[in-house]
Amino acid sequence: MASATAPALKHTAQDGAAEAIHVENLHKKFGQLHVLKGVSLSARDGEVIAIIGGSGSGKSTLLRCINCLENPTSGIIRVNGEEIKLKADSHGHTVPADRRQIERIRSKLGMVFQNFNLWSHMTLIENVIEVPVHVLGVKRDEAIAQAEKLLARVGLAEKRDVYPAYLSGGQQQRAAIARALAINPRVMLFDEPTSALDPELVGEVLKVIGDLAREGRTMVLVTHEMKFAREVATHVVYLYNGLVEEEGPPEQIFGAPKSERLKQFIRNIG
Amino acid sequence: MELLSPYPPGWGEALLIGLLHSLEIALGATCLGLLIGTAGAFGKLYGGPVVRDLLAVYTTVVRAVPELVLILLLYYAGTDLINQLLAALGYQLIDISGLAAGIAVLGFVQGAYSTEVIRGAILAVPQGQIEAARAYGMPPGLMLRRITLPAMLPFALPGLANLWLIATKDTALLAVVGFKELALTTRQAGGVTKAYLTFFLAAGVLYLIVSLVSNFLIGRVEARARRGMPSIKDAR
Repeated sequence: MASATAPALKHTAQDGAAEAIHVENLHKKFGQLHVLKGVSLSARDGEVIAIIGGSGSGKSTLLRCINCLENPTSGIIRVNGEEIKLKADSHGHTVPADRRQIERIRSKLGMVFQNFNLWSHMTLIENVIEVPVHVLGVKRDEAIAQAEKLLARVGLAEKRDVYPAYLSGGQQQRAAIARALAINPRVMLFDEPTSALDPELVGEVLKVIGDLAREGRTMVLVTHEMKFAREVATHVVYLYNGLVEEEGPPEQIFGAPKSERLKQFIRNIG
Repeated sequence: MELLSPYPPGWGEALLIGLLHSLEIALGATCLGLLIGTAGAFGKLYGGPVVRDLLAVYTTVVRAVPELVLILLLYYAGTDLINQLLAALGYQLIDISGLAAGIAVLGFVQGAYSTEVIRGAILAVPQGQIEAARAYGMPPGLMLRRITLPAMLPFALPGLANLWLIATKDTALLAVVGFKELALTTRQAGGVTKAYLTFFLAAGVLYLIVSLVSNFLIGRVEARARRGMPSIKDAR
Protein backbone atom coordinates (compact mmCIF):
# COMPACT_ATOMS: atom_id res chain seq x y z
CA MET A 1 0.00 0.00 0.00
CA ALA A 2 2.76 2.42 -0.92
CA SER A 3 1.47 5.92 -1.23
CA ALA A 4 3.28 6.15 -4.56
CA THR A 5 0.05 4.80 -5.97
CA ALA A 6 -1.79 7.82 -4.56
CA PRO A 7 -2.66 10.51 -7.08
CA ALA A 8 -0.61 13.65 -7.49
CA LEU A 9 -0.79 15.05 -4.03
CA LYS A 10 -3.79 17.03 -3.07
CA HIS A 11 -2.38 16.48 0.42
CA THR A 12 0.94 16.09 2.12
CA ALA A 13 1.12 12.29 2.27
CA GLN A 14 4.61 11.36 1.22
CA ASP A 15 6.65 8.33 0.42
CA GLY A 16 8.36 7.06 3.50
CA ALA A 17 6.07 8.91 5.88
CA ALA A 18 5.76 7.06 9.18
CA GLU A 19 2.90 4.66 9.54
CA ALA A 20 0.44 6.13 12.05
CA ILE A 21 -2.00 3.24 12.00
CA HIS A 22 -1.39 -0.33 10.98
CA VAL A 23 -4.08 -2.98 11.13
CA GLU A 24 -3.31 -6.53 10.09
CA ASN A 25 -5.59 -9.50 9.59
CA LEU A 26 -8.24 -8.17 11.98
CA HIS A 27 -11.09 -10.46 12.98
CA LYS A 28 -14.11 -9.49 15.04
CA LYS A 29 -16.90 -11.79 16.12
CA PHE A 30 -20.01 -10.77 18.05
CA GLY A 31 -21.09 -14.17 19.35
CA GLN A 32 -21.83 -16.19 16.21
CA LEU A 33 -21.71 -13.15 13.97
CA HIS A 34 -18.39 -12.83 12.14
CA VAL A 35 -18.26 -9.12 11.37
CA LEU A 36 -14.64 -8.67 10.30
CA LYS A 37 -12.98 -11.60 8.58
CA GLY A 38 -9.36 -10.59 8.27
CA VAL A 39 -9.06 -6.91 7.35
CA SER A 40 -5.80 -5.03 6.92
CA LEU A 41 -5.45 -1.27 6.78
CA SER A 42 -2.64 1.24 6.89
CA ALA A 43 -2.55 5.00 7.33
CA ARG A 44 0.69 6.92 6.92
CA ASP A 45 1.16 10.42 8.26
CA GLY A 46 -0.81 12.86 6.15
CA GLU A 47 -2.98 10.24 4.52
CA VAL A 48 -6.77 10.40 4.52
CA ILE A 49 -8.25 6.92 4.43
CA ALA A 50 -11.94 6.68 3.58
CA ILE A 51 -13.71 3.46 4.48
CA ILE A 52 -16.89 2.89 2.51
CA GLY A 53 -19.30 0.01 2.28
CA GLY A 54 -22.89 -1.00 2.74
CA SER A 55 -24.76 -1.34 5.99
CA GLY A 56 -23.40 -4.26 8.02
CA SER A 57 -20.16 -4.43 6.04
CA GLY A 58 -18.16 -3.90 9.24
CA LYS A 59 -16.77 -0.45 8.48
CA SER A 60 -17.74 1.15 11.81
CA THR A 61 -16.56 -1.93 13.70
CA LEU A 62 -13.19 -1.68 11.95
CA LEU A 63 -12.82 1.94 12.98
CA ARG A 64 -13.88 1.23 16.57
CA CYS A 65 -11.37 -1.60 16.84
CA ILE A 66 -8.51 0.82 16.15
CA ASN A 67 -8.93 2.43 19.59
CA CYS A 68 -10.36 -0.72 21.18
CA LEU A 69 -13.86 0.65 21.72
CA GLU A 70 -14.58 -2.79 20.32
CA ASN A 71 -12.06 -5.42 21.27
CA PRO A 72 -10.88 -7.32 18.19
CA THR A 73 -11.20 -11.09 18.34
CA SER A 74 -7.78 -11.49 16.76
CA GLY A 75 -5.33 -9.51 14.68
CA ILE A 76 -2.62 -6.90 15.08
CA ILE A 77 -3.19 -3.18 15.65
CA ARG A 78 -0.30 -0.74 15.79
CA VAL A 79 -0.70 2.95 16.53
CA ASN A 80 2.41 5.09 16.05
CA GLY A 81 4.35 1.86 15.71
CA GLU A 82 3.22 0.65 19.14
CA GLU A 83 1.34 -2.63 19.07
CA ILE A 84 -1.76 -2.82 21.28
CA LYS A 85 -1.23 -5.65 23.73
CA LEU A 86 -4.21 -7.97 23.85
CA LYS A 87 -4.97 -10.95 26.03
CA ALA A 88 -7.79 -13.44 26.55
CA ASP A 89 -9.94 -12.88 29.63
CA SER A 90 -11.54 -15.63 31.74
CA HIS A 91 -14.43 -15.92 29.27
CA GLY A 92 -12.12 -16.30 26.30
CA HIS A 93 -12.84 -12.77 25.02
CA THR A 94 -9.93 -10.75 23.79
CA VAL A 95 -9.36 -7.63 25.89
CA PRO A 96 -6.56 -5.08 26.17
CA ALA A 97 -3.81 -6.50 28.35
CA ASP A 98 -2.60 -3.18 29.68
CA ARG A 99 -5.21 -0.58 30.62
CA ARG A 100 -2.66 2.21 30.82
CA GLN A 101 -1.31 1.45 27.38
CA ILE A 102 -4.76 1.55 25.83
CA GLU A 103 -5.56 4.81 27.65
CA ARG A 104 -2.33 6.35 26.41
CA ILE A 105 -3.01 5.27 22.83
CA ARG A 106 -6.60 6.48 22.97
CA SER A 107 -5.49 9.91 24.14
CA LYS A 108 -3.63 10.30 20.83
CA LEU A 109 -6.60 9.40 18.66
CA GLY A 110 -9.27 12.05 18.16
CA MET A 111 -12.55 10.21 17.80
CA VAL A 112 -15.63 11.86 16.28
CA PHE A 113 -18.87 9.91 16.64
CA GLN A 114 -21.97 9.65 14.54
CA ASN A 115 -24.08 10.94 17.45
CA PHE A 116 -21.57 13.61 18.60
CA ASN A 117 -21.53 12.29 22.18
CA LEU A 118 -20.68 15.63 23.72
CA TRP A 119 -20.91 15.58 27.52
CA SER A 120 -24.31 17.10 28.21
CA HIS A 121 -23.49 18.54 31.65
CA MET A 122 -20.63 20.65 30.26
CA THR A 123 -20.63 23.76 28.09
CA LEU A 124 -18.79 23.63 24.79
CA ILE A 125 -15.62 25.14 26.21
CA GLU A 126 -15.75 22.70 29.14
CA ASN A 127 -16.19 19.82 26.70
CA VAL A 128 -13.17 20.92 24.71
CA ILE A 129 -10.82 21.44 27.69
CA GLU A 130 -11.95 18.33 29.60
CA VAL A 131 -9.47 15.84 28.17
CA PRO A 132 -6.49 18.23 27.89
CA VAL A 133 -6.88 19.33 31.51
CA HIS A 134 -7.88 16.09 33.22
CA VAL A 135 -6.21 13.42 31.08
CA LEU A 136 -3.25 15.14 29.48
CA GLY A 137 -2.42 17.49 32.37
CA VAL A 138 -2.44 20.74 30.39
CA LYS A 139 -2.77 23.88 32.54
CA ARG A 140 -6.32 25.14 32.65
CA ASP A 141 -5.74 28.63 31.24
CA GLU A 142 -3.59 27.26 28.44
CA ALA A 143 -6.28 24.71 27.62
CA ILE A 144 -8.93 27.43 27.59
CA ALA A 145 -6.87 29.64 25.28
CA GLN A 146 -6.38 26.76 22.88
CA ALA A 147 -10.02 25.68 23.12
CA GLU A 148 -11.16 29.20 22.23
CA LYS A 149 -9.02 29.10 19.10
CA LEU A 150 -10.40 25.70 18.14
CA LEU A 151 -14.00 26.76 18.71
CA ALA A 152 -13.38 29.87 16.63
CA ARG A 153 -11.92 27.70 13.93
CA VAL A 154 -15.07 25.56 13.68
CA GLY A 155 -17.18 28.72 13.80
CA LEU A 156 -18.50 28.38 17.34
CA ALA A 157 -16.55 31.06 19.21
CA GLU A 158 -19.67 32.82 20.45
CA LYS A 159 -21.23 29.53 21.63
CA ARG A 160 -18.44 28.71 24.09
CA ASP A 161 -20.66 28.87 27.18
CA VAL A 162 -23.67 27.10 25.70
CA TYR A 163 -24.68 23.54 26.62
CA PRO A 164 -24.77 21.01 23.76
CA ALA A 165 -28.52 20.37 24.03
CA TYR A 166 -29.20 23.95 22.92
CA LEU A 167 -27.31 23.55 19.63
CA SER A 168 -28.13 22.09 16.24
CA GLY A 169 -26.67 18.75 15.22
CA GLY A 170 -24.23 20.43 12.87
CA GLN A 171 -23.02 22.76 15.62
CA GLN A 172 -22.68 19.86 18.05
CA GLN A 173 -20.66 17.86 15.55
CA ARG A 174 -18.36 20.82 14.86
CA ALA A 175 -17.85 21.19 18.61
CA ALA A 176 -17.10 17.46 18.81
CA ILE A 177 -14.43 17.97 16.14
CA ALA A 178 -12.95 20.82 18.21
CA ARG A 179 -12.92 18.49 21.23
CA ALA A 180 -11.03 15.88 19.20
CA LEU A 181 -8.54 18.46 17.90
CA ALA A 182 -7.89 19.73 21.43
CA ILE A 183 -5.89 16.62 22.30
CA ASN A 184 -3.60 17.37 19.36
CA PRO A 185 -4.27 13.91 17.97
CA ARG A 186 -1.87 11.93 15.87
CA VAL A 187 -4.83 10.59 13.90
CA MET A 188 -8.44 11.71 13.63
CA LEU A 189 -11.04 8.94 13.53
CA PHE A 190 -14.44 9.81 12.08
CA ASP A 191 -17.31 7.35 12.51
CA GLU A 192 -19.99 8.42 9.99
CA PRO A 193 -19.80 12.02 11.20
CA THR A 194 -22.67 13.29 9.07
CA SER A 195 -25.07 10.34 9.17
CA ALA A 196 -27.15 11.70 12.05
CA LEU A 197 -27.47 15.20 10.58
CA ASP A 198 -30.26 16.89 8.70
CA PRO A 199 -29.28 17.21 5.04
CA GLU A 200 -28.89 21.00 5.22
CA LEU A 201 -26.41 20.67 8.10
CA VAL A 202 -24.12 18.14 6.42
CA GLY A 203 -22.27 20.75 4.41
CA GLU A 204 -20.99 22.77 7.37
CA VAL A 205 -19.49 19.66 8.99
CA LEU A 206 -17.95 18.36 5.76
CA LYS A 207 -16.34 21.76 5.22
CA VAL A 208 -14.58 21.55 8.58
CA ILE A 209 -13.40 17.97 7.92
CA GLY A 210 -12.30 18.94 4.41
CA ASP A 211 -10.20 21.80 5.77
CA LEU A 212 -8.49 19.40 8.15
CA ALA A 213 -7.73 17.00 5.30
CA ARG A 214 -6.27 19.79 3.21
CA GLU A 215 -3.91 20.87 5.96
CA GLY A 216 -2.45 17.38 6.09
CA ARG A 217 -4.16 15.83 9.10
CA THR A 218 -3.96 12.07 9.18
CA MET A 219 -7.50 10.77 9.19
CA VAL A 220 -9.50 7.59 8.96
CA LEU A 221 -13.03 8.35 7.89
CA VAL A 222 -16.02 6.03 7.72
CA THR A 223 -18.56 7.75 5.52
CA HIS A 224 -21.55 7.48 3.23
CA GLU A 225 -20.71 10.75 1.51
CA MET A 226 -19.15 9.39 -1.68
CA LYS A 227 -18.60 12.74 -3.34
CA PHE A 228 -16.81 13.96 -0.25
CA ALA A 229 -14.70 10.80 0.05
CA ARG A 230 -13.63 11.24 -3.56
CA GLU A 231 -12.63 14.85 -2.90
CA VAL A 232 -10.60 14.48 0.27
CA ALA A 233 -9.38 10.87 0.51
CA THR A 234 -5.93 9.76 -0.56
CA HIS A 235 -6.96 6.15 -0.33
CA VAL A 236 -10.37 4.49 -0.37
CA VAL A 237 -11.18 1.09 1.14
CA TYR A 238 -14.38 -0.66 0.10
CA LEU A 239 -15.55 -3.22 2.65
CA TYR A 240 -18.00 -5.92 1.76
CA ASN A 241 -19.23 -8.50 4.25
CA GLY A 242 -16.26 -8.15 6.58
CA LEU A 243 -13.53 -8.19 3.94
CA VAL A 244 -11.74 -5.59 1.86
CA GLU A 245 -13.37 -6.10 -1.53
CA GLU A 246 -11.38 -3.41 -3.31
CA GLU A 247 -9.11 -0.52 -2.38
CA GLY A 248 -7.08 2.14 -4.11
CA PRO A 249 -6.91 5.83 -4.91
CA PRO A 250 -10.32 7.51 -5.17
CA GLU A 251 -10.06 8.06 -8.93
CA GLN A 252 -9.74 4.34 -9.42
CA ILE A 253 -12.37 3.32 -6.86
CA PHE A 254 -15.01 5.74 -8.09
CA GLY A 255 -13.84 6.17 -11.71
CA ALA A 256 -12.88 2.66 -12.69
CA PRO A 257 -14.06 0.14 -10.12
CA LYS A 258 -13.09 -3.44 -10.91
CA SER A 259 -15.30 -5.44 -8.56
CA GLU A 260 -18.89 -6.11 -9.58
CA ARG A 261 -20.09 -5.46 -6.03
CA LEU A 262 -18.33 -2.11 -5.86
CA LYS A 263 -19.78 -1.10 -9.24
CA GLN A 264 -23.24 -1.94 -7.99
CA PHE A 265 -22.63 -0.18 -4.66
CA ILE A 266 -21.59 3.02 -6.43
CA ARG A 267 -24.55 2.81 -8.79
CA ASN A 268 -26.98 2.40 -5.88
CA ILE A 269 -25.47 5.22 -3.86
CA GLY A 270 -25.03 7.61 -6.77
CA MET B 1 -48.55 27.31 74.62
CA GLU B 2 -46.10 27.89 77.46
CA LEU B 3 -45.57 24.13 77.34
CA LEU B 4 -43.66 24.67 74.09
CA SER B 5 -41.44 27.38 75.53
CA PRO B 6 -37.76 26.60 75.09
CA TYR B 7 -37.15 27.34 78.78
CA PRO B 8 -38.08 24.89 81.55
CA PRO B 9 -40.68 23.90 82.48
CA GLY B 10 -41.42 24.23 78.71
CA TRP B 11 -40.48 21.27 76.49
CA GLY B 12 -39.43 23.34 73.48
CA GLU B 13 -35.74 22.79 73.98
CA ALA B 14 -36.16 19.04 74.36
CA LEU B 15 -38.17 18.91 71.14
CA LEU B 16 -35.52 20.86 69.25
CA ILE B 17 -32.78 18.62 70.57
CA GLY B 18 -34.85 15.64 69.46
CA LEU B 19 -35.17 17.18 66.03
CA LEU B 20 -31.43 17.76 65.92
CA HIS B 21 -30.80 14.10 66.74
CA SER B 22 -33.25 13.05 64.06
CA LEU B 23 -31.51 15.23 61.48
CA GLU B 24 -28.06 13.98 62.52
CA ILE B 25 -29.15 10.40 61.98
CA ALA B 26 -30.97 11.13 58.73
CA LEU B 27 -27.99 13.02 57.33
CA GLY B 28 -25.49 10.40 58.42
CA ALA B 29 -27.63 7.55 57.16
CA THR B 30 -28.23 9.25 53.81
CA CYS B 31 -24.51 9.89 53.31
CA LEU B 32 -23.65 6.31 54.23
CA GLY B 33 -26.51 5.10 52.04
CA LEU B 34 -25.20 7.13 49.09
CA LEU B 35 -21.74 5.62 49.45
CA ILE B 36 -23.13 2.09 49.66
CA GLY B 37 -25.60 2.85 46.88
CA THR B 38 -22.97 4.21 44.48
CA ALA B 39 -20.66 1.29 45.11
CA GLY B 40 -23.59 -1.12 44.94
CA ALA B 41 -24.87 0.29 41.65
CA PHE B 42 -21.45 0.06 40.01
CA GLY B 43 -21.00 -3.43 41.43
CA LYS B 44 -24.33 -4.54 40.02
CA LEU B 45 -23.66 -3.01 36.60
CA TYR B 46 -19.98 -3.70 36.09
CA GLY B 47 -19.03 -6.28 38.74
CA GLY B 48 -18.29 -9.95 38.28
CA PRO B 49 -20.91 -12.65 38.86
CA VAL B 50 -20.04 -13.13 42.55
CA VAL B 51 -20.29 -9.41 43.32
CA ARG B 52 -23.57 -9.17 41.43
CA ASP B 53 -25.07 -12.11 43.29
CA LEU B 54 -24.01 -10.79 46.69
CA LEU B 55 -25.49 -7.39 45.90
CA ALA B 56 -28.71 -8.98 44.67
CA VAL B 57 -29.02 -10.79 48.00
CA TYR B 58 -28.32 -7.55 49.88
CA THR B 59 -30.88 -5.41 48.04
CA THR B 60 -33.50 -8.16 48.02
CA VAL B 61 -33.25 -9.05 51.70
CA VAL B 62 -33.04 -5.48 52.96
CA ARG B 63 -35.97 -4.37 50.86
CA ALA B 64 -38.02 -7.45 51.76
CA VAL B 65 -37.76 -7.16 55.56
CA PRO B 66 -39.77 -4.44 57.36
CA GLU B 67 -37.45 -1.66 58.47
CA LEU B 68 -38.62 -1.85 62.06
CA VAL B 69 -37.61 -5.51 62.22
CA LEU B 70 -34.27 -4.73 60.59
CA ILE B 71 -33.61 -1.99 63.10
CA LEU B 72 -34.35 -4.23 66.07
CA LEU B 73 -32.32 -7.03 64.54
CA LEU B 74 -29.31 -5.00 63.54
CA TYR B 75 -29.33 -2.83 66.65
CA TYR B 76 -29.52 -5.60 69.26
CA ALA B 77 -28.00 -8.47 67.34
CA GLY B 78 -25.45 -6.18 65.70
CA THR B 79 -24.09 -4.66 68.91
CA ASP B 80 -24.16 -8.08 70.53
CA LEU B 81 -22.19 -9.55 67.66
CA ILE B 82 -19.59 -6.80 67.79
CA ASN B 83 -19.16 -7.19 71.54
CA GLN B 84 -18.88 -10.99 71.30
CA LEU B 85 -16.27 -10.52 68.60
CA LEU B 86 -14.38 -8.04 70.77
CA ALA B 87 -14.60 -10.38 73.77
CA ALA B 88 -13.34 -13.30 71.71
CA LEU B 89 -10.38 -11.21 70.57
CA GLY B 90 -9.71 -10.16 74.14
CA TYR B 91 -10.69 -6.53 73.80
CA GLN B 92 -12.84 -4.59 76.22
CA LEU B 93 -16.52 -4.43 75.56
CA ILE B 94 -17.71 -1.15 74.13
CA ASP B 95 -20.95 0.70 74.46
CA ILE B 96 -22.04 1.59 70.96
CA SER B 97 -23.69 4.99 70.95
CA GLY B 98 -27.29 5.20 69.81
CA LEU B 99 -26.27 7.77 67.22
CA ALA B 100 -23.62 5.58 65.60
CA ALA B 101 -25.86 2.52 65.68
CA GLY B 102 -28.77 4.48 64.24
CA ILE B 103 -26.68 5.87 61.40
CA ALA B 104 -25.22 2.45 60.64
CA VAL B 105 -28.58 0.67 60.66
CA LEU B 106 -30.54 3.24 58.65
CA GLY B 107 -27.56 3.76 56.32
CA PHE B 108 -27.50 0.04 55.63
CA VAL B 109 -31.19 0.13 54.74
CA GLN B 110 -30.84 3.33 52.67
CA GLY B 111 -27.93 1.78 50.81
CA ALA B 112 -30.13 -0.98 49.40
CA TYR B 113 -32.70 1.48 48.06
CA SER B 114 -30.01 3.90 46.80
CA THR B 115 -28.32 1.08 44.92
CA GLU B 116 -31.40 0.62 42.79
CA VAL B 117 -32.05 4.35 42.32
CA ILE B 118 -28.46 5.00 41.22
CA ARG B 119 -28.34 1.88 39.06
CA GLY B 120 -31.41 3.09 37.19
CA ALA B 121 -29.91 6.57 36.81
CA ILE B 122 -26.65 5.23 35.39
CA LEU B 123 -28.62 3.16 32.90
CA ALA B 124 -30.41 6.34 31.81
CA VAL B 125 -27.15 8.11 30.88
CA PRO B 126 -26.73 8.08 27.10
CA GLN B 127 -24.08 5.40 26.54
CA GLY B 128 -22.39 7.55 23.92
CA GLN B 129 -21.18 9.96 26.61
CA ILE B 130 -19.53 7.14 28.53
CA GLU B 131 -18.08 5.82 25.29
CA ALA B 132 -16.65 9.23 24.43
CA ALA B 133 -14.89 9.29 27.81
CA ARG B 134 -13.41 5.87 27.09
CA ALA B 135 -12.40 6.89 23.58
CA TYR B 136 -10.35 9.78 24.96
CA GLY B 137 -8.41 7.57 27.36
CA MET B 138 -10.05 8.52 30.66
CA PRO B 139 -9.08 6.13 33.47
CA PRO B 140 -12.07 4.57 35.29
CA GLY B 141 -11.84 6.73 38.43
CA LEU B 142 -11.68 9.97 36.49
CA MET B 143 -14.52 8.89 34.24
CA LEU B 144 -16.66 8.12 37.29
CA ARG B 145 -15.97 11.51 38.86
CA ARG B 146 -16.07 13.71 35.78
CA ILE B 147 -18.59 12.02 33.50
CA THR B 148 -20.71 9.18 34.93
CA LEU B 149 -21.72 10.69 38.29
CA PRO B 150 -22.57 14.20 37.02
CA ALA B 151 -24.38 12.75 34.00
CA MET B 152 -26.50 10.36 36.07
CA LEU B 153 -27.32 12.89 38.81
CA PRO B 154 -30.35 14.48 37.11
CA PHE B 155 -31.91 11.01 36.77
CA ALA B 156 -31.06 9.97 40.34
CA LEU B 157 -32.10 13.12 42.20
CA PRO B 158 -35.88 12.63 42.33
CA GLY B 159 -35.43 9.12 43.72
CA LEU B 160 -32.67 10.17 46.11
CA ALA B 161 -34.76 13.11 47.32
CA ASN B 162 -37.52 10.64 48.18
CA LEU B 163 -35.02 8.54 50.11
CA TRP B 164 -33.82 11.57 52.06
CA LEU B 165 -37.35 12.56 53.06
CA ILE B 166 -38.11 8.99 54.06
CA ALA B 167 -34.89 8.92 56.08
CA THR B 168 -35.89 12.01 58.06
CA LYS B 169 -39.07 10.20 59.11
CA ASP B 170 -37.52 6.74 59.49
CA THR B 171 -35.49 8.15 62.35
CA ALA B 172 -38.72 7.89 64.35
CA LEU B 173 -38.35 4.10 64.14
CA LEU B 174 -35.25 4.38 66.31
CA ALA B 175 -37.54 5.28 69.20
CA VAL B 176 -38.11 1.54 69.64
CA VAL B 177 -34.48 1.10 70.66
CA GLY B 178 -34.73 4.03 73.04
CA PHE B 179 -32.92 6.64 70.98
CA LYS B 180 -34.17 10.07 71.96
CA GLU B 181 -35.11 11.55 68.63
CA LEU B 182 -38.05 13.81 67.88
CA ALA B 183 -40.85 11.20 68.05
CA LEU B 184 -39.79 9.68 71.37
CA THR B 185 -39.24 13.11 72.93
CA THR B 186 -42.69 14.16 71.76
CA ARG B 187 -44.29 11.11 73.34
CA GLN B 188 -42.46 11.71 76.60
CA ALA B 189 -43.46 15.35 76.67
CA GLY B 190 -47.05 14.37 76.00
CA GLY B 191 -46.92 11.69 78.66
CA VAL B 192 -45.62 14.00 81.31
CA THR B 193 -47.90 16.95 80.59
CA LYS B 194 -50.89 15.08 79.13
CA ALA B 195 -50.94 17.72 76.37
CA TYR B 196 -50.61 15.09 73.63
CA LEU B 197 -52.34 17.11 70.94
CA THR B 198 -50.11 20.14 71.46
CA PHE B 199 -46.90 18.18 71.29
CA PHE B 200 -47.82 15.93 68.36
CA LEU B 201 -48.98 18.99 66.42
CA ALA B 202 -45.72 20.71 67.25
CA ALA B 203 -43.74 17.65 66.11
CA GLY B 204 -45.81 17.53 62.93
CA VAL B 205 -44.96 21.15 62.21
CA LEU B 206 -41.25 20.44 62.75
CA TYR B 207 -41.35 17.48 60.32
CA LEU B 208 -43.19 19.66 57.82
CA ILE B 209 -40.59 22.40 58.09
CA VAL B 210 -37.83 19.86 57.50
CA SER B 211 -39.63 18.63 54.37
CA LEU B 212 -40.24 22.14 53.03
CA VAL B 213 -36.65 23.25 53.56
CA SER B 214 -35.44 19.98 52.00
CA ASN B 215 -37.65 20.49 48.97
CA PHE B 216 -36.29 23.97 48.47
CA LEU B 217 -32.66 22.85 48.71
CA ILE B 218 -33.19 19.77 46.54
CA GLY B 219 -34.86 21.97 43.94
CA ARG B 220 -31.74 24.12 43.82
CA VAL B 221 -29.48 21.11 43.49
CA GLU B 222 -31.66 19.62 40.79
CA ALA B 223 -31.69 22.84 38.79
CA ARG B 224 -27.90 22.83 38.94
CA ALA B 225 -27.65 19.12 37.98
CA ARG B 226 -30.00 19.65 35.02
CA ARG B 227 -28.12 22.72 33.80
CA GLY B 228 -27.34 21.19 30.41
CA MET B 229 -30.87 19.97 29.80
CA PRO B 230 -33.56 22.10 28.23
CA SER B 231 -36.78 22.37 30.22
CA ILE B 232 -39.22 19.68 29.13
CA LYS B 233 -41.87 22.37 28.84
CA ASP B 234 -40.03 23.57 25.74
CA ALA B 235 -40.57 20.20 24.13
CA ARG B 236 -44.35 20.21 24.44
